[in-house]
Amino acid sequence: MRRLVTDTLIIAERNVVRLTRTPELLIGYTIQPIMFVLLFRYVFGGAISTPGYSYVDFLIPGIIVQNTAFGGFATALGLNEDVRKGLIDRFRSLPMARGAVLGGRTLSDVALNALSITILLITGVIIGFTFHSSFGDAAAGVALLLLFGYSFSWVLAFIGLVAKSSETVNSVGFIIVFPLTFISSAFVPVASMPEGLQQFAEVNPFTIIVDAMRHLWLGAPSNNDVLWAVVWSLALIAIFSALSVRRYRRAAGG
Amino acid sequence: MSSEAAIEVEGIVKRYGDVRALDGVDLAASPGKVLGLLGPNGAGKTTLVRVLATLIEPDEGTARVTGLDVVADAGRVRERIGLAGQYAAVDENLTGLENLTMVGRLYGSERAPAKRRARELLERFELSDAADRPAKTYSGGMRRRLDLAAALVAEPPVLFLDEPTTGLDPRSRLGLWGVIEGLVAGGTTALLTTQYLDEADRLADDIAVIDHGRLIAKGTPTELKDRLGGERLEVRLESAADAARAADVLAPMADESPQHAGHDVTVAVRDTHGVIVEAVRKLSDAGIDVEDLALRRPTLDDVFLALTGHAASEEEDEDGERETAERAA
Repeated sequence: MRRLVTDTLIIAERNVVRLTRTPELLIGYTIQPIMFVLLFRYVFGGAISTPGYSYVDFLIPGIIVQNTAFGGFATALGLNEDVRKGLIDRFRSLPMARGAVLGGRTLSDVALNALSITILLITGVIIGFTFHSSFGDAAAGVALLLLFGYSFSWVLAFIGLVAKSSETVNSVGFIIVFPLTFISSAFVPVASMPEGLQQFAEVNPFTIIVDAMRHLWLGAPSNNDVLWAVVWSLALIAIFSALSVRRYRRAAGG
Repeated sequence: MSSEAAIEVEGIVKRYGDVRALDGVDLAASPGKVLGLLGPNGAGKTTLVRVLATLIEPDEGTARVTGLDVVADAGRVRERIGLAGQYAAVDENLTGLENLTMVGRLYGSERAPAKRRARELLERFELSDAADRPAKTYSGGMRRRLDLAAALVAEPPVLFLDEPTTGLDPRSRLGLWGVIEGLVAGGTTALLTTQYLDEADRLADDIAVIDHGRLIAKGTPTELKDRLGGERLEVRLESAADAARAADVLAPMADESPQHAGHDVTVAVRDTHGVIVEAVRKLSDAGIDVEDLALRRPTLDDVFLALTGHAASEEEDEDGERETAERAA
């Protein structure tokens, strides 16, 4: 167990060091989300009606959740590269803890997500976002984001292990993340969507996470969304860590 | 098979779907020796290394490394092996020093001793000047040296070198050969896979030849070459059209039937006395014009051709083998 913790931290440290050496990835996780926040706020914002909230208050929790889901791409792309370049073989031939490669990967995404959450919150505040809740609730919101981001990293870890190339990772990832985040309460009120999409949006876990964030940051009605968001996150971790570890072992012939 | 062997392989079978990547291979490597595993691409060399390095489990048979079973004792086997290969598996975004330090820590060292060991290895592999540069700035030869250094971090008694020089330029190859010779002189046992016969000839104490997942010959390089009998008379003709006729003319002198391809005719001869004069006379009597004619010792290429019926390097590249194997998995 001590070995698992040490080795996981060694791998996580390696990923963080790598990240500082790949500016294109860092730009993807910092500049790009800022651009989206500005585009939505100033291009679409005026046309979207969000009763009870200013659009910037409505938008920030939603777009931060979407961005946190994208954080998992670092895991998917990184694992995929490690598999293709033979680095996973190197790790597997070492007497290290078997879960450390996947654990370290997903753990380093938490650091990455913390960075992009900070940047988006600062951007949000600059363009007029304000918390309508206690400090405790606001902090709980950040914790929930990190938990959800961690759970989504396991979903993408699985994609990264299965995909044959980084292009596949990108297209499969986008095909999953874009509809899930757009057909949710992230950018527009669900009530404004046509029949069919509305029903999808209501059961979409992204809607639950975003609504939970609005509860914690804006004081929106709770509807047990926070509880369900935690349940969803833990369920995703349980399912996709099991699938990913199995895939990792199977590729190892174990 | 001695129980003292550093590597012992008995009846290993590995299937990918209907393909038998390994079809009952038996091998042994004595401590401190280099066992060359020779075969064309797709022969099963990489699959065997992956079984021995605990990366995949065999479907049948047993394999032991320093007496430990690679399946039942996989964890302890990993403490005793180093793996280096054609993929030069280093993290391109980390520096040479960071790569080796990370590997040392994953073997269980604390940070400071791991770093000291990393510097030592960088020095030994002439990478000190590049220690703090990301590995993606390294040349092909430097990457292979870093990869090999990573395999040596824990001073393992057994090394697996999977086509360590594939794709390298001749100068880097020679450099890497020197490094490997130095290691083995220090008592390390190595299993070296290669499709280069000169590499096996130079580095290996014993050679096992595999093709289509089966062992087809084993022995020392000299024994394998002796198997082909004496020397080879190589004749280069003015006209390729005469090749078949020249082969017929020279057949009475040969141990086995002469082979011809293009302008060239090769004749295996046991008794070399007066062979050249006789060959020139026979060809001249037959009215065949000769451009060049020489006697040479058989190479492992000849051995390979004789054993498998095809040359060592005529099949598709190794990536093909690995990808096919993994797709099938």
